[in-house]
Amino acid sequence: MNVMRKLLNEFWGAIGFVERDFALVKRYLGWEVYWLIYSAVAGITIALIGVTTGDKELVLFLVVGAIVWGFLSLLFEFVSETVAWEMWEGTLELTFMAPIKRITMLLGNTLFAVIYGLIRSALILAAMALFFSINLGGANLLTAVVVLVVSSLAFIGLGLPAAVLPILNREKGVQASHIFQAGLLLVSGVYYPIDTLPGWLRPISVISPATYTLRSMRAAIMEGATLADVAGDLAIIALIAAVSIPLGMLIFSVGERWAKWKGKLKIEG
Amino acid sequence: MIVRDGYELDEQETGSAISSEESPDVDATVNGRDERRNVETKTMDNLALRASGVVKRFEIQDGNRNRKGLRRLWPFYKRETFEALSDVNVEVRAGEIYGIIGMNGSGKSTFIRVISTLLFPDEGTVEVFGVDVVKNPDEVRRMINRVSVDAAFFRSLSAKENLRYSARLHGLSPRDARKRYKEILTRIGFDHNRVSDQVKSLSRGMKQKVAVSRALMSTPRLLLLDEPTTGLDPRSKRDVQQFLHKMRDEEGTTIVITTHDMEEAERICDRIAIIHDGRIVAEGTAAELIEIARNGRGEPTLEKVFFKFTGEEWDEYE
Repeated sequence: MNVMRKLLNEFWGAIGFVERDFALVKRYLGWEVYWLIYSAVAGITIALIGVTTGDKELVLFLVVGAIVWGFLSLLFEFVSETVAWEMWEGTLELTFMAPIKRITMLLGNTLFAVIYGLIRSALILAAMALFFSINLGGANLLTAVVVLVVSSLAFIGLGLPAAVLPILNREKGVQASHIFQAGLLLVSGVYYPIDTLPGWLRPISVISPATYTLRSMRAAIMEGATLADVAGDLAIIALIAAVSIPLGMLIFSVGERWAKWKGKLKIEG
Repeated sequence: MIVRDGYELDEQETGSAISSEESPDVDATVNGRDERRNVETKTMDNLALRASGVVKRFEIQDGNRNRKGLRRLWPFYKRETFEALSDVNVEVRAGEIYGIIGMNGSGKSTFIRVISTLLFPDEGTVEVFGVDVVKNPDEVRRMINRVSVDAAFFRSLSAKENLRYSARLHGLSPRDARKRYKEILTRIGFDHNRVSDQVKSLSRGMKQKVAVSRALMSTPRLLLLDEPTTGLDPRSKRDVQQFLHKMRDEEGTTIVITTHDMEEAERICDRIAIIHDGRIVAEGTAAELIEIARNGRGEPTLEKVFFKFTGEEWDEYE
């Protein structure tokens, strides 16, 4: 099989995951609306803390924090639960037997998550802007979208090692992946400035891509920063992605090989 | 060829290895099986599957782990294991339908998983058309497909959506896939009006038909069927069996099938292996195996062959 043909197969394989996930969202559209309302309400609740201080800038700071965290955690969960979900459906062996690369399977799943997450974040931002009468006229939405897309790559890289956890332990693997998320939430300055962290925790925030995503997103929405203004942060996020994706794939493949020695892929039978 | 307790015996040698009353008549013609042997002869120049000395051990999952406490975390802690496959040697010729019969837990599904690249053997090698399943799993996956006993689907999606998804993963265009699965579903008697229904609303038999279509759609060179007709009514079973023959005859597909159904094994398989406690205890054509069981008391059947090699009564098992 020539290289072009193989690449085309990988591409259509990735599209297969996107189509499948889109069909699943369509099937549960009512629940998606319910989930969207829940997320918007949760974000509004957090931003209301800012209202109590009377500081409008703090409200916007929290609104951006809630939206970015919603997007990044959705993406992280999609990647890290790729395997867990297929185990639950019983289709994991089938997918692992398919003649496509593992990276295609993982990227195909996350490609849908990025599209879905962007639409969802835009709707939540609109709902919150309406609720708090926020004027987004000065925001640079193009920069915001580019920052989210580039950040997605770094988050995919961080989610890959977590994706293998359900193979290692079917019952507790998913819960263990939440430890990663909690760590990122703690150190990345989602709802408070990084300066608030104790001195010994601050160095960890430097290696979290969410730190740079939040900083750039706040600059784009609160100050109308252009792509050139946030280029430095984008470069750091891209660098983290360049390191974390291959490293994440390596960890995933080691986990998969271990599972194949131990017979951990089978659900039953 | 007959394999018994690990000893391979050529057809000429079987007479000396087995008592005269058990001696197989390899030229016997039973229910048209001679025709299948012709197909076998035509395509025997290359091997579709070769398993050599395959051993697979699993750790015994102790329900009372706490008893062993922290010792389990010690890297040199010796874990208790059992052998799910013990020195399995199998050669399947291209274009052959090869049956594996055995009881629950005998190692049938484990062997299928090893061929499917889902499980690595602890010892031995498995090659699919000369490609090692551990060293080159990507290449092997392009040549195979599998139907498992419990057909797995995205249950909220329709049969059509599941088939389309599978087609994408196997590099088929939706149009080609649609044409192919429609033909297969028609041949195996699936009601087309149900193709847009969510899989969770289909009966077990209907799900199994969709699973069979999904595997056949990709026209694999080696098709692995792990009890594919379980849950199907007799007519559907026959439809699937006929379609398997069609695939073999028209597309040259090699098929390895595990089954509990002795009649099915006898009807469709060119050769049959009996697996017991992870070992292949007998192998041959249905006619050869039946001849071994012939002891002058009534009509010999594959059930009697099974009892002879495993000491287990098939009736009790069923």
